[in-house]
Amino acid sequence: MSESLRILVKVKLFGAYRDAVGAECLARELSAGSSLDGLWQELCREWPTLIPLAAARLAARNLDYAPGEAKLADGDEVAFFPPVSGG
Amino acid sequence: MTAPPRFLVTAEPLALAPLLAAVSSPAHGAVVGFLGVVRAEAGLTALTYEAYPAMAERSMAAIAAELAGRFGPLTLAAHHRVGRLAVGEVSLALAVGAPHRREACLAAAAFVDRLKEIVPIWKTVLGPGSTRDEEEGR
Repeated sequence: MSESLRILVKVKLFGAYRDAVGAECLARELSAGSSLDGLWQELCREWPTLIPLAAARLAARNLDYAPGEAKLADGDEVAFFPPVSGG
Repeated sequence: MTAPPRFLVTAEPLALAPLLAAVSSPAHGAVVGFLGVVRAEAGLTALTYEAYPAMAERSMAAIAAELAGRFGPLTLAAHHRVGRLAVGEVSLALAVGAPHRREACLAAAAFVDRLKEIVPIWKTVLGPGSTRDEEEGR
């Protein structure tokens, strides 16, 4: 596959998501056109401990909440995290 | 002294006075300050707050814009602390300036409600020898 068909994204993980992966930040190379859900599935294949956390998962793309079908672009920062509880 | 950033996530202790000053203006006849404080509860010795700082700050600014659309001309500033906080320590400092008191008070309450819904900050309860995620909805 040619280089131009691959994108590089930064993945940030918080709370139980970070604990399941054992890292708070990852760099992932994906096929161009990959969605946020596609990235999640890929992470779940690599770290099955993430699978039970799918139901409560919140996701952001470039610091805004994003739906699973959101398409990712080269250089995006994606985050997966649990329901928030600040204040 | 330079003005503090309007929206901030920080590990440093919070101060309300600079935020009250930051939201004050000749157009604002009401300035409301709010502090969120770690409350004593059975089995709680401290809370640990964790955040996604860049998104949390952006998200607090978005809430302020949303509230200005709802309540009219407002100036808001909010700082949230992260790290380990003992009972009595301040987790959130918020200041709202508005032309009139009603809007200032309503906007302050609405800001905290929205913060608890969407701002990516998480608390963990630390008790004697155990850790659990806090039940939310308060």
